[in-house]
Amino acid sequence: MKYLDEYRDERIARGLVAMIAQRATRPWVLMEICGGQTHTLMRFGIDELLPKGVEMVHGPGCPVCVTPLETIDKAINIASRPGVTLISYGDMLRVPGSRTDLFHVKANGGDVRIVYAPTEALKFARANPGRQVVFFAVGFETTAPANAMAVWQAKREGLRNFSMLASHVLVPPAIRALLSSRRNRVQGFIGPGHVCTVMGYREYEDLIREFHVPIVVGGFEPVDLLEAILMLVTQLEEGRAEVENQYVRSVTYQGNLHAQKILGEVFEVCDRKWRGIGGIPESGLNIRQEYADFDADRIFGTQGVTADEPAECISAEVLQGLKKPTDCPAFGVRCTPENPLGAPMVSSEGACAAYYQYRRHLVGAKGSA
Amino acid sequence: MAQDAKVEVALNCPVPMPAKDAVLLGHGSGGRMSADLLHSILLPALRNPVLDQLNDQAVVEFGGARLAFTTDSFVVKPLFFPGGDIGALAVNGTVNDLAMGGARPLFLSLALILEEGLPMEQLRQVVESIRVAAAIAGVTVITGDTKVVEKGSGDGIFVNTSGIGVVPPGIELSADRAKPGDRVLLSGTIGDHGITILSQREGLEFASEIASDTAALHTLVADMLAASPEIRCLRDPTRGGLSSSLNEIAARSRVGIELEERSIPVRDEVQGACEMLGLDPLYVANEGKLIAIAGPEGAEDVLAAMRKHPLGRDARMIGTVTASRPAMVTMRMRLGTSRIVDLLAGDQLPRIC
Repeated sequence: MKYLDEYRDERIARGLVAMIAQRATRPWVLMEICGGQTHTLMRFGIDELLPKGVEMVHGPGCPVCVTPLETIDKAINIASRPGVTLISYGDMLRVPGSRTDLFHVKANGGDVRIVYAPTEALKFARANPGRQVVFFAVGFETTAPANAMAVWQAKREGLRNFSMLASHVLVPPAIRALLSSRRNRVQGFIGPGHVCTVMGYREYEDLIREFHVPIVVGGFEPVDLLEAILMLVTQLEEGRAEVENQYVRSVTYQGNLHAQKILGEVFEVCDRKWRGIGGIPESGLNIRQEYADFDADRIFGTQGVTADEPAECISAEVLQGLKKPTDCPAFGVRCTPENPLGAPMVSSEGACAAYYQYRRHLVGAKGSA
Repeated sequence: MAQDAKVEVALNCPVPMPAKDAVLLGHGSGGRMSADLLHSILLPALRNPVLDQLNDQAVVEFGGARLAFTTDSFVVKPLFFPGGDIGALAVNGTVNDLAMGGARPLFLSLALILEEGLPMEQLRQVVESIRVAAAIAGVTVITGDTKVVEKGSGDGIFVNTSGIGVVPPGIELSADRAKPGDRVLLSGTIGDHGITILSQREGLEFASEIASDTAALHTLVADMLAASPEIRCLRDPTRGGLSSSLNEIAARSRVGIELEERSIPVRDEVQGACEMLGLDPLYVANEGKLIAIAGPEGAEDVLAAMRKHPLGRDARMIGTVTASRPAMVTMRMRLGTSRIVDLLAGDQLPRIC
């Protein structure tokens, strides 16, 4: 299949692996930011191909995983009310809140639905004027523009029964938080290709000036990731720290200006809590005052809902790349995708679930994989 | 590092949601939650040696004959889709469950649960489709029942069919019979049915040429059984897809199964839809495909017989049964690496990005 097979090609992949092995004269610790990239690394077993010295740690880029507990609780709270239809993306439904999850709300009579795009939620709202339709919007800069568009359109149409519970997060502040940590081990980043498709990669130049780490914006197929790793290793070996773009078929320097415009129109930057990591300044997007009538958090009065996450949960260490999922004593024993103890076991983009789903057969063979 | 973790990490994560206090949609997915339901509620109450076999059909000796008996319910939405409808599915599904036991399907029962307000024309269409499918499969509907529920209590039509067939002497097919060294055969492309249904769902309509593969497989099975006595087990990988059926066989036979990624046939349209939606074709439903576990001596003959049959034209050898990693299915990837092909907990959920 075009645009797929060539990026999964065995010969090209093997060639890149050989070049990485040749370039790497010292051990390097690299992080892929995006959950989609983690998923590819695990599904295709890229870790098996890399030379021993090149270690991948898995970043916080799974939107489902980092959505704070209290936001899940808010969604559950809203979905449990009569007359409300809560609509979201599929894997949000299984994320455990403090006491229950959205699948259970649905089983108990709540109207909870899955869609593939926020415009479907708009359509549902138009067709069902008697119901309050709430779109539960999570995600990085990638999904934010489409969500912004839904709110913008709702306002333009004067839709009275549509609102959004928004919990968007931004990548560059998260990288800044990781690099500012005294315990940081990461020496180079594979940048999030889809986020950069929207935002471009100007913001990442600031990070490099501040922290002197190479960042290569990478794609999501095995060949993309291997090429990005090769570019990072090359920079590190040469003592360079630059932003480079591996994902040229999708990412430009400026990004998608239309998407950025609608994003700025509807959302504003705010401080945000990340599940498993904690508060990160200016790392989220909130609905602007001008669109307050479409902000479910205000409409349903859930601003006060809070939930404390236990600071000692290992997911914090996993999402910062300090520990591997397999270092957790509960991994695969008490914590599985059926009974996730923590957020990274919930979505298949989460590091723990990706390990569990694709790699646990190698745990015994290779130690803590 | 792992040792440090034990000392340092006091696990105090969010309390998990045990899926035990209410039935969730995931319990019907064919994945691990379905298995839990079976093992925690149904089997403890109803346990007996025949049921414990957990095959797609029960085979019992009665009056000198070996009878195969099975039942299946159909709750598909939409009722009509490219390649078939709920009526064709209900006939073929039950015929196939019998065929996977090596049985010649003979008789079906038909129970309809109709929702108040269902257009009579739709009911006529479904019944006509049942008539045609039964005629093609050579089975007769000899008993039935209809119930009507209030609007909102059903979803148009729910269909249940049960089937009876006769298993010829000498045929012993069961999920616990796979042995290391056996080969895994697959009769054709995977994911066609599931992606067809998805493509018709509200909010997801995408133009595509894909049609459901729904078909009665008993004549294919008969040709395979005639080709070699080495067949140990047959399964039709319906809900839960290839992965669920193979995991079941691996678990029941206490063997490992190693697949070859490159030999598993997937249509471009199906692969494309899966990439777009973040789904894995290994978990997508089929309605006209079968998996055979065959001994190494007979596997080639079985494969040749499959390829001669119109429903097995694209048959392939997709893997082997191993002694290592019992109860686990793994896949050798094109890149030379390997991954697990796990039994999913519940339904496969589309990923956000």
